[in-house]
Amino acid sequence: MAVLETTALTRRFGTLTAVDNLTVSVAAGEVFGLLGPNGAGKTTAIKMLTTLLRPTAGSAKVCDFDVVRRSMDVRRNIAYVPQMLSADGSLSGYENLLVFTRLYDIPRREQKPRVLDVLKFMGLADVADKLVRSYSGGMIRRLEIGQAMLHRPRVLFLDEPTVGLDPLARKAVWDHIGRMRADYDTTILLTTHYMERGRQPLRAGGHNASRQGRRDGNDRGAEAVRRREEDPLDDVFTHYTGDVLDNNGESGGSYREASRTRRTARRLG
Amino acid sequence: MASITRTAPPDPLSALTSFLYKTLTIAEMEARKLRHDYTELIMRAVQPALWLLVFGQVFNRTHAIPTGNLPYIDFMAPGILAQSVLFIAIFYGISIIWERDLGIIHKFLASPTPRTALVLGKALSAGIRGLAQAVIVFVLALILGVGLDWNPLALLGVLTMVILGAALFSTFSLIIACIVKTRERFMGIGQVLTMPMFFASSAIYPVSIMPRWLQVIARVNPLTYEVDGLRTLMLSGSASHYGIGLDFAVMLGTMVVLVIIAGKLYPSVAT
Repeated sequence: MAVLETTALTRRFGTLTAVDNLTVSVAAGEVFGLLGPNGAGKTTAIKMLTTLLRPTAGSAKVCDFDVVRRSMDVRRNIAYVPQMLSADGSLSGYENLLVFTRLYDIPRREQKPRVLDVLKFMGLADVADKLVRSYSGGMIRRLEIGQAMLHRPRVLFLDEPTVGLDPLARKAVWDHIGRMRADYDTTILLTTHYMERGRQPLRAGGHNASRQGRRDGNDRGAEAVRRREEDPLDDVFTHYTGDVLDNNGESGGSYREASRTRRTARRLG
Repeated sequence: MASITRTAPPDPLSALTSFLYKTLTIAEMEARKLRHDYTELIMRAVQPALWLLVFGQVFNRTHAIPTGNLPYIDFMAPGILAQSVLFIAIFYGISIIWERDLGIIHKFLASPTPRTALVLGKALSAGIRGLAQAVIVFVLALILGVGLDWNPLALLGVLTMVILGAALFSTFSLIIACIVKTRERFMGIGQVLTMPMFFASSAIYPVSIMPRWLQVIARVNPLTYEVDGLRTLMLSGSASHYGIGLDFAVMLGTMVVLVIIAGKLYPSVAT
């Protein structure tokens, strides 16, 4: 059963066509990647699917709700982790999570247990009461994914989830996403410009992987890749660098650095 | 365990409860930020102190401004409260631009939160900052011997008016931020707007001594009604020009209209 479906989804900005006739169908529990260099329209596509941007033409359904007509129902069932920094540096990790339990209508008595669970799951329990501006880039990313897990969404949208992270922090992020998918059967739609990550399953045998969908008409077009396996590339790196992965060992820079890296990444692709 | 599809609350009452709950959630979150870092609140005390202690003291001696039976310092104290609330609120929209430059706002907009709840929550949190200003101005007024009205009902009225004023002008600021979208342009426009709004109000002189054209502007300026309401409620033995009911009605009405407009414009910030 398709949990996400688009039909000739198109978005133009003036004369520029960012997304042209995107038609895809994603089944429940799948990991679906939108690949391509920056400027290919990946973020625009995600913004339409997360109801932040209205399509110029075509339509999209998430959990059977039309993204324009039933946008509020779509929002109730998805989570979105933007490419840019989306945790609030002037609040603690705990507060960043608490706010979203309330905005996602999680019953009052479940709010605190849910937040504590997520903090533990993401390995952030020790720093729960510290201001997020003191976190490293990897810790911020894990907190952001934690925010997106609180309400157990049916579809999780990740825009460049590992940009600016070193392989160790990257592996931690992928591990958490993988476990979340296993626990809640969450469908994951992600974008990345690390071509080797998305391409790898194709090279490594290609089973369960297929290309599908068409993005924009320009020559910087993105491609859609679906797969069901975890990417072993980062495992290799972790093996050679030792798998010490804690809040101190893991890098990814400070809050300020993370913000800058992610913004630059967005500009330059 | 697979997650289930969630849908809208079944009836209008729970939708309203949810709206209010989310509004308060946003306001509380902003209040928590203040608790983590309250240096801003302390810095904000400087400006009203200068106006009351320097400008007010000097003009209190000149008797150049006809303020009826009120000493000038009494007359201007509520005006300075309204002004300092305005100054805090009018630059409030910059936080939206900041949150937009990061990705924070996108995450809020992708959550099932009504846009007007996001706007109203921010507006109420500006009200909390406004209350801090009220405390400062009351302390200064007490030191300067202003004839304050300590009737609890009047005090409650002052608090309500301060929150309304902060909410109204911060929402106005939010609308500007949604339109201009960059920090530089926003700062420019904020500077251009504040002083005219301040001078075209009854904050530091009565409307009656203004030239005719300025009187017209003052009569459509919400700040005039905020000052009138505050002056009536804060001071013992001061009568309202426009009627306290009209003051509150104008403020509330304007605020509701602005919140609705801002709610419509808010999503455009994310694009």
